[in-house]
Amino acid sequence: MIILLAGLGFIIFTGIASLFIKDGKTCTRFGAAGVIIGSLAAVTTAIKVLFSGETISFKIPWQVPYGSFYIVIDSISALFLIIVFMACSIAAVYGCGYMAGYKQRRLSAPTFFFNMLVASMAMVVMARNGVLFLVVWEIMSLASYFLVTFDHEHESVRQAGWIYIVATHIGTAFLLAFFVCLGKYNGTMDFDNVNVFGKASSVLFLLALVGFGTKAGIMPMHVWLPEAHPAAPSHISAVMSGVMIKMGVYGIIRTISILPEIQLWWGWLLVILGIVSGLLGILFALAQHDIKRMLAYSSVENIGIILIGLGLGLIGLAGGSYILAVLGFAGALLHIINHSLFKSLLFMGAGAVVHSTETRRMDLLGGLIKRMPLTAGAFVIGAIAICGLPPLNGFIGEFLLYYSSFAAALSKDIQIVAPAVAAIAALAMIGGFAVAAFTKVFGIVFLGEPRTSAAANAHEADKAMIVSMWLLAVLCILIGITAPLVLPVIISVVMQIVPAEYEIAVLPFNQPDKMLWWIVISSIALFILISVLAMIRRNLLKNKTVTAGPTWDCGYAAPTPRIQYTSSSFSQPIVDMFKNAMYLKRNEVKIDELFPKQAQFESHTPDVSNEYIYRPVFKWIDRLTGKMQWLQYGVVQMYVLYIAITLIILLVWKL
Amino acid sequence: MWTDIIMVLLILTNMVVLGTSRLRACIRVVAVQGVALGILPLLHSFEWQLLIFAVLSIILKGIVFPVMLSRTLRQLNVWQEESPYVGYGLSLLMGPFALAFSSWISLRLPLPYTIHSTMLIPVALFTLIVGLFIIVSRKKALTQVLGYLVMENGIYAFGMAIAYHQPMLIELGVLLDVFVGVFVMGIAIFHISRQFDHINTDQLSALRN
Repeated sequence: MIILLAGLGFIIFTGIASLFIKDGKTCTRFGAAGVIIGSLAAVTTAIKVLFSGETISFKIPWQVPYGSFYIVIDSISALFLIIVFMACSIAAVYGCGYMAGYKQRRLSAPTFFFNMLVASMAMVVMARNGVLFLVVWEIMSLASYFLVTFDHEHESVRQAGWIYIVATHIGTAFLLAFFVCLGKYNGTMDFDNVNVFGKASSVLFLLALVGFGTKAGIMPMHVWLPEAHPAAPSHISAVMSGVMIKMGVYGIIRTISILPEIQLWWGWLLVILGIVSGLLGILFALAQHDIKRMLAYSSVENIGIILIGLGLGLIGLAGGSYILAVLGFAGALLHIINHSLFKSLLFMGAGAVVHSTETRRMDLLGGLIKRMPLTAGAFVIGAIAICGLPPLNGFIGEFLLYYSSFAAALSKDIQIVAPAVAAIAALAMIGGFAVAAFTKVFGIVFLGEPRTSAAANAHEADKAMIVSMWLLAVLCILIGITAPLVLPVIISVVMQIVPAEYEIAVLPFNQPDKMLWWIVISSIALFILISVLAMIRRNLLKNKTVTAGPTWDCGYAAPTPRIQYTSSSFSQPIVDMFKNAMYLKRNEVKIDELFPKQAQFESHTPDVSNEYIYRPVFKWIDRLTGKMQWLQYGVVQMYVLYIAITLIILLVWKL
Repeated sequence: MWTDIIMVLLILTNMVVLGTSRLRACIRVVAVQGVALGILPLLHSFEWQLLIFAVLSIILKGIVFPVMLSRTLRQLNVWQEESPYVGYGLSLLMGPFALAFSSWISLRLPLPYTIHSTMLIPVALFTLIVGLFIIVSRKKALTQVLGYLVMENGIYAFGMAIAYHQPMLIELGVLLDVFVGVFVMGIAIFHISRQFDHINTDQLSALRN
């Protein structure tokens, strides 16, 4: 524990020290070195806890009322700690290359806030006192806010930061209510032993779901994601999307594990929310034109998949289906790890593209695979992984979810069968749309011909960026191949969530284990097959000349890059099917004559919940507070009078 | 007995502050109030520590503040509060009501230990309310500083009442606070008047939004 705290202290210390370094390059490198060294030191403790299964706790009294510096590392915390340290260290390396682009800016502040973000996220997963938790949670939110608004000279970035900070504080308000209620029912703000039963526990669950769900980006509360992620520098988007939104998921998991009584309908609620987030998330992702915005929506989708897993686990727990409970949670946890890897990778890839072409609009890019082959290679691995295609890690997590759902679908209890079948259908649809969405991104951005000179003049990314992207890509492949070895570790974490007697029930089903081995063997066979084919191809072409022609050269008299598919036209067939659910705004001129003159198609997808829920609500609040304007006299005397009257009323009322 | 006399003096000075428009007189009256309050702790027990503190507060409130404020007065050439939000007659009328209100409150206020004089709490509250009232009802920034001082006197008297056994450190802190406050306000008022040619705070409402 001392080593871990020392590691965190080192991260914070280097963050503070970097404030005094003037040179931008040295500063980011110094901060990144601090994050990496501190993480390496701290992660040893987490790994030890994860493999030994013991729980370490540390408690010292604190001056703050009801607070205590109480931290516990059990295997859930350890798993999340490993995610935090791993993804953040890699992002720090990437940041060194990415931030080098800002030559005229001082980089002390972003380095400081990055280190604070890392340390606070590590504290969030360890804190076991409500007050301590809220404090580190708030540090996390504020640090990420300052990172999001790094490019604050752009109006759109300030707007995004504003949306983010409002959303995150609404979430924190619910968490405040959650912890206060928890403390009131429980008698102490330390939340390791909770004895809350009946209706109260449902209220607590709902409060936690809204509070943590805002951070996680569950569908109606997700509005800040597509705003904040594109605005932030790319390694920050990677950390926020890969790690920080998982803090919300961690909160939900922690709530489930500390509440002694589980209701069946919680599971249904999670599954429904998961399906909505997953489906709508990927559909909106498909309709975007901005590469980072699209990745942000894809994060919503993945949070949906994780929620489906958690919901299935809860249903299994409440309905007494062991396999559903264990594998549902295991699938969710595995998907959390996986998503932190490939979403970071994809954001970094997008960042490399933005860094070199200075635009996020897919329709201005194209043909980058020839100019940035290493970035494209890493990006395609991330894209395959996020689609859940077989040889890579994304498949393993979804496989566990499918496996548990099919097992549950065979049971006789309709309350379990219905959500399991719904989950299967939703996962299948999400997977299909994900393939479409990422085909679109990769195809439009990396394949074809460059659409603008910015894309034509693109250059390969910095060395630090390439290294960190490929590190993540290798990790994606590694988890995919070593899945049968990873699964027991994940199951040992799940044992923290489900009651102990489930352990006996788990032992007989080595079925998924066996299937995972088969998957691994066949993926290795696939790799071998591909390399054999590549070798055959090389041998066949050995003594022949190979020529490469222009991409669009087939009977076109005057080819131009504009004849390629655009991001709108690529997604139009699928998006059209769901235009009623998405409130798509489109502008087209239909072709109805024999000799068409001019035709155009344009689609624009505003966020539904933003347009139809939040905007009206905030407008109403604005009108309401506008009516209170008369209180605002601008006369000092009036303000003092307000204070005096309030104080006197309070005094008299209390007597 | 002496405590009661000081209490009566306090009430009277408060009434004078409420009813006077001439600023120089106000400054003097507030100074008298401060000196009277400074003597108060010495009436019951005599310790070196206490003496130093009393002397310090008398010097500050009886000499330093009045001199500073009078100098500002001369620099600004402002001698009268012309048209306050609440007129002087009405202000004077408000005085007894405030006194009655604070007596009523003090009757209901639970106190940890007995106090030397039954008048101490009501008068302290009365002084507090008068200070607040001055701040709210007057326009000149200088009068507001005076209101602030009167309010502080109320806090001081209240502290005398309940904090007889507490360390003097708290009182010293309050005194330091007020000193810095008056110092800063004196400078700020001077700059405001140089910038805007007047020190009427109601004109500052242009700064809102």
